[in-house]
Amino acid sequence: MADAAAPREPRRSVGRPGDRPGGDRRGDGRSVIGRPGVGRPGVVWALPGALFFVFFAVAPMVLVGALAFTDWDGIGTPSWTGMSNWSRLWDDPETHQAIWLSLVLTVLTWVFQTPLALLLGVWAAGRQRNRAVLSAIFFLPLLGSSVALALVWKSLLDPNFGLIADIGPALGFADGDLLGSSKGAFGAILFVTAWQFIPLHTLIYQGGARAVPRSLYDAAAIDGAGTVRQFFSITLPQLRNTIVTSSVIMVVGALTFFDTVLILTKGGPGTDTTIVPYLMYKNGFQAFDLGYASAVATILVVVATTVSLLLVRLTGFAAMRSTREGM
Amino acid sequence: MPRRPRLVGRGSRTPNYPAGLGSLIWLGIVGLPLYVLVAATFQTRDGYIDDGPLALPDHPTLANYRRVLRSDFLSYLLNTALVTAVCAAIVITLSVTVGYTVVRARGRASRRIFQIFLLGLAIPSQAVVIPVYLVITKLQLYDTLLAVILPTAAFSLPVSVLILVGTMRDIDEELYESMALDGASPTRVLLQLVVPLSRSGISTVGVMSALHAWNGFLFPLLLTQSKSNRLLTLGLYDYVGEFRVDTPALLTAVVLSILPIFLVYLFARRQLINGLMGMGGK
Repeated sequence: MADAAAPREPRRSVGRPGDRPGGDRRGDGRSVIGRPGVGRPGVVWALPGALFFVFFAVAPMVLVGALAFTDWDGIGTPSWTGMSNWSRLWDDPETHQAIWLSLVLTVLTWVFQTPLALLLGVWAAGRQRNRAVLSAIFFLPLLGSSVALALVWKSLLDPNFGLIADIGPALGFADGDLLGSSKGAFGAILFVTAWQFIPLHTLIYQGGARAVPRSLYDAAAIDGAGTVRQFFSITLPQLRNTIVTSSVIMVVGALTFFDTVLILTKGGPGTDTTIVPYLMYKNGFQAFDLGYASAVATILVVVATTVSLLLVRLTGFAAMRSTREGM
Repeated sequence: MPRRPRLVGRGSRTPNYPAGLGSLIWLGIVGLPLYVLVAATFQTRDGYIDDGPLALPDHPTLANYRRVLRSDFLSYLLNTALVTAVCAAIVITLSVTVGYTVVRARGRASRRIFQIFLLGLAIPSQAVVIPVYLVITKLQLYDTLLAVILPTAAFSLPVSVLILVGTMRDIDEELYESMALDGASPTRVLLQLVVPLSRSGISTVGVMSALHAWNGFLFPLLLTQSKSNRLLTLGLYDYVGEFRVDTPALLTAVVLSILPIFLVYLFARRQLINGLMGMGGK
C-alpha cells in the first residue's frame, strides 16, 4: 500500500511526554494535516471504556483494601474495625497454610508447565501437516470451562467408578482414593490445571517461535549447529519476552485457581488444598465474614499487582510496541 | 493487514523424533480424558459402572442427551447465550473506541489510559469479587443477568484493548493522513478506515470475550441466585448434586455445554488462535 519510494515514517508511540493535545507537530516536517485534531479522536473517546473498566475492576481493587478493615456480613453496612482482621489473619494457622500452599502451587505450576509448553510450542511452530492437526487437538481443553473440565477429571478420579480405581494402585493409592489423600489431592490440582492450561501456553510459545526469523536458523545450520544447539542458542534467547509473558499469565493464574479446587477437593482433605482464593470464598461467601475475606483477598491483589508491574516493566509493553509487528 | 510470512521455528529439516514422540505422549494425555468424556455420554449408567470409563458403549444410547435436555439445561443455555452476546457487544464497542483513542489521540491522557488497562491485565477477578458484590448489591442488580454481564465484560477489556491497539497500530499512517486531508471527522475515520482494517483484531476480541463470558463461573456463582437467572457453568455445578451417581448424565451435560463453543471454534478457529498467539510478544 505504501509507496516504496516514499520514506517510511518510524512507528510513533502516541502521545510522548510533552505532547500537548492539539499542539504543534514538533517540527517533524510532516504537517500534511491542515487543522490539528482533524481526523483524530479526543481522549473523550476512550472515557466510556476507561470509566467502565475503572468502575468494575480498578475501583474494586482499591475498595477491597478498605473492606479489609471492616466487619461485614454481606447484608448490612460494613462497620469499621481497624486492624482486627489483620491481627486475626496474622494469627490464623489456616491462612498461613493457605498462603504457603498457594506459593508452592504457583512455583510447581511454573516448573511443571513452562518447559512442557515451551517444548510443545516450539515443536508445533514447525510446518508439517500433522503438526497442524495435533496442535488443533492440543487446543481443545481451552474451549471448556474450568468447571466442565474439573467435572470430567472428578469423574475420572472417582475412587469407585473412575479410571483411578484401575491405575490408582500403580500410583501408590491402593484404594484409588487419590483425592482423599493430602498429597494426592494437591497433585491432582497441579495436574488438572496443567492439563487445562498448557495448551494456552503452547499456543503463546508457538506464536513466539513462528516470529523468530528463519535466517537465524539457516545461518546456524551453515555453521553446523545441531537442533539442540539451535534451540539453546537461538530459540530460547529469542523467546525471552514470550517466556516472561507466559510466566506472568501462569503465575497470576496459579494464584487464582478456584473453580478447579471447588469441584475437585473443596479445599480438602481437611484444609490441605485450601489455597488463598478458596480461603477467601470460604470465609466470605460461606461464613459470610466478608471483612476478613477482604483481608485475604488483599493479599491476592498485592501479589497480582506486583506481578503486573513486573509484566509491564520486563516485556516492554509499556513502550507500546505492537505485539504483532513482523508476524 | 499483510499476511503473516511463513517463518518457521526450526531450521533443521530432519524429523525430530524425540520431540515427535513427546508430542504424541502429550496427545494421549490430552486426548484420553476427551475420549472418556465423549464415550461416556453414549453409555448407560450401569454400563459405565460395570465396564469402566474406557469401554466403548455396548449399546450406544441417546438417553443421556434426552435426560439433560429435558432438565432446565435449555434455559441455562439461553441465559448463557444472552450474557455471552451482550458481553461481546460491550467489549467490542468499548475496546474499539479505547484502542482507537490510544493509537490516534494526542497527549498524555490516552497513554495513561492505556497503562491503566495494561495494569489491569493482572487483576484477578477472585481478588475483587467482594467489592464487586458490594457494588452490584448497591446498584440493586443482585440476581440479574446484568450483574454477571457488567463485571465479566470489564474483565475482558484489558486483553481486548491490548490486541486492538496492536492491530490498529499496523494501519498505515498515510491512510489516516489522506482521510484527514479530506477533512474526515474522527467518527468517519473510525467507521470507514479503522474498523474495516481492524476486522481481524475485532473478531479475535469478539471470540475471546465470548469464550470468557461463556466459561465464566465465579461471577454467576456469587452474583446470581434464582434458577431463572442460572448460567450453564453454574448449572453444571448443580448437576453434580442432581445426577449424583449418574456420571454419564453429568458428562453429557458437560459435552452439551462445550458443544456450542466448539461449533463457534470450528468457524472462528483462526481468529481465536491468532489472538492467543499474539499474546506472547517476541
